[in-house]
Amino acid sequence: MDALDLARWQFGVTTVYHFIFVQLTIGLAPLVAIMQTAWVRTGNERWLRLTKFFGKLLLINFAIGVATGIVQEFQFGMAWSEYSRFVGDVFGAPLAMEALAAFFVESTFLGLWIFGWDKLPKKIHLACIWAVAIATNLSAFFILAANSWMQHPVGAVFNEETGRAEMKDIGAVLTNPTVLAAFPHTISAAFLTAGTFVAGIAAWWMVRLVRRGDVATARNVYRPAVIVGLVAIIVSGAGVAITGDQQAKLMFEQQPMKMASAEALCTTSSHVSFSILAIGNLSNDCDNVKHVIEIPGMLSFLATGHFDSTLQGVDDLQAQYEQKFGYTDENGNPISYQPDLTVTYWGFRLMIGFGLGSAALAVAALWLTRKGRVTDKKWFGTLGIAAIATPFLASSAGWVFTEMGRQPWVVAPNPNPSGVDGVWLITARGVSTVPGVSSIAISLAAFTLLYGVLAVAWYRLMHRYTVEGVAASEKDPSPEARTDDDADAPLSFAY
Amino acid sequence: MELTTVWFILIAVLWTGYLVLEGFDFGVGMLLGVLPHKQDRERERRVMINTIGPVWDGNEVWLLTAGGATFAAFPEWYATLFSGFYLPLLLILLALIVRVVAFEWRGKIDDDRWRAWADRALVVGSWVPAVLWGVAFANIVRGVELDADHQYVGGFWALLNPFALLGGATTALIFLTHGASFLALKSDGEIRTRAAALAARLAPVTLAVAAVWAIWAQVSYSDAAWTWAAVAVAAVALVVLVVSTRARREGRAFVASAVTIVAAVVLIFGSLFPDVMPALDPANSLTVTNASSTHYTLVVMTWVAVILTPLVLLYQGWTYWVFRKRVSTAHIPASIGLTFDRKPVTTGPAAEDR
Repeated sequence: MDALDLARWQFGVTTVYHFIFVQLTIGLAPLVAIMQTAWVRTGNERWLRLTKFFGKLLLINFAIGVATGIVQEFQFGMAWSEYSRFVGDVFGAPLAMEALAAFFVESTFLGLWIFGWDKLPKKIHLACIWAVAIATNLSAFFILAANSWMQHPVGAVFNEETGRAEMKDIGAVLTNPTVLAAFPHTISAAFLTAGTFVAGIAAWWMVRLVRRGDVATARNVYRPAVIVGLVAIIVSGAGVAITGDQQAKLMFEQQPMKMASAEALCTTSSHVSFSILAIGNLSNDCDNVKHVIEIPGMLSFLATGHFDSTLQGVDDLQAQYEQKFGYTDENGNPISYQPDLTVTYWGFRLMIGFGLGSAALAVAALWLTRKGRVTDKKWFGTLGIAAIATPFLASSAGWVFTEMGRQPWVVAPNPNPSGVDGVWLITARGVSTVPGVSSIAISLAAFTLLYGVLAVAWYRLMHRYTVEGVAASEKDPSPEARTDDDADAPLSFAY
Repeated sequence: MELTTVWFILIAVLWTGYLVLEGFDFGVGMLLGVLPHKQDRERERRVMINTIGPVWDGNEVWLLTAGGATFAAFPEWYATLFSGFYLPLLLILLALIVRVVAFEWRGKIDDDRWRAWADRALVVGSWVPAVLWGVAFANIVRGVELDADHQYVGGFWALLNPFALLGGATTALIFLTHGASFLALKSDGEIRTRAAALAARLAPVTLAVAAVWAIWAQVSYSDAAWTWAAVAVAAVALVVLVVSTRARREGRAFVASAVTIVAAVVLIFGSLFPDVMPALDPANSLTVTNASSTHYTLVVMTWVAVILTPLVLLYQGWTYWVFRKRVSTAHIPASIGLTFDRKPVTTGPAAEDR
């Protein structure tokens, strides 16, 4: 492997890993905020118990998300310095904005929330978790704006003298149609993740307690949590589907090669079928692909809203790209402008397929908890736990699809009129030239090893706290509830 | 003033925020192994960790902001520095990762071995960046080997020169003293007494080492005469630190160590300007001009920074006010953590079927 391959593996490993924790945090922080709001408004202790329970899981998760996030910001400069030189004028702005506008709020108010239970008035303490929840979502917007610019550069020009992209319009960068589609899709997916997480754990506990004979706790504490998760799944599930459809339509316009590759569509044609199962594409040779199961006309419809529309195929797009960007690289080797067929085809399908895991849980939960019911059906508890993993797998597949589908570009050129022309960069030109192969190999090994160890510890913590369940009771820790003026009492929360 | 100069100053401000704030929580972490006494070790460690508990995360964001701002305002600087100092930055990243998770996870499990691992992570995770930030900044001040394309070509071992190593010792000592004075100010009981005594012992050593490094930096690597003022301020602050720690004036001692860090950052950035990364061959140096973004980007970012930075200072300041009370062992509740060995009643619903 050369430096490019190692740097790409490193980026893939560190980014997919980071996003696992991020996607749960983005959705879970608002759900915890909603539970705490319910406690503050109703005074019902069950919401305090749930807030503390899911709050702990949120914190375990938040820590590792923060820790791995530092790597994300640093590795553009470390492993992708030539990319950084090329895009810094544009790409650096949303990153810096994210830190200043969102991440500061997130980290500062999270500290206030953790340690402020017995220090801050109830409503101000509640405002702190909302500040965290809103800021995590704002964070996501800026990061996605940066990523969307790589998918579809706007608001910039290429300066031939310096060889760099230059920003001309920050408004265009922040209202890039790509981010306006990617943000709701990603946020919906995050809420789907958190909804499934909350509903899944609560469902498992509900079943467990009913079987143990503690129907009261199952009904009074866990069932409401199942409902919170369920509502989140239904609303965000619909959001994921609608925004996904919109994003796909946009992608057919903006990155036709990515979508043609995802559909293993070789030649430009009309009335295109949607392929559900295809075989024989392992050699990345489009013409070897055999579509086994397909829905006639469906892809044309998904892409444009018409069953008879014409879609561009991989081979034809390759010819267009060759004409525009050249047949061979500086060493005389032919350039392939098509991304990895297998990865994009299956990445796209796994994303959608795994997304259905949450739907299964939602349907079962809707039926089994109807009209105030609780259930002792063992399979429902098992389904709850199993479903938790599916949105994580779906999102990981989605990111692998959209990032691998952009290859060989790190900044994709724009075929459509809404983008800017002339701003593009091949991934191979973005990698750092200074740290040698050995340095990047060392860092890839070190990150992978450390992330593996942390994953084990993270899993043990999450598992241990999940099986502990909500506390039997929680005392109102707020200063308003304090009867004695005991300033030297132990902290209600301490590390 | 040129916008490039404004941004040079802003980045210096961000680094100041980072080093002053995270400086003391590095110091607390570095002292975690040595300051608590045997008879009450665990509770005293928890006192130390809880003095910074509510704020360490917010403190660390100053680093991310400094990094992001450098990327946005001086992409060439960001690219050359981060790719050139690849291995030291890797070590810093690994250290910061284990440090962050150790803070949050340490108390989650009530188990001696679990805590021992977390403490190792906190100590190592605090020492490594405390030393390496000094090494990195000293190398930037000293100048490194850049080629005509502004790529760092000096290799890893060239970064370990005597001036840089002394820089690493200087930052480690400053953060140790800063952390000890912070603990003396924020804790109560025996740990406060011990932290104050340690600060008093560390202060003269810090004064000596920092003075040598600062004068070396000024004489050999600063083109500006005015940076002597920063050296002087640092010297005065360090003398005040020595005197205050001896007199157990905790507030004044902490301010003195904070001012020392501010003066050090002013010295570092002042000696660089107008370079951002001087090269051994001055023709190849990265300057505020040739490393910067376009005027438009700088204008946009200036607005963002001018509006948001005061807000950040405001709510972070509020956090410090909310948690202004001293922490002592009396405030430390029994461990909130669960134990691994208390087997959960079942491993799942299945077990109840029997």
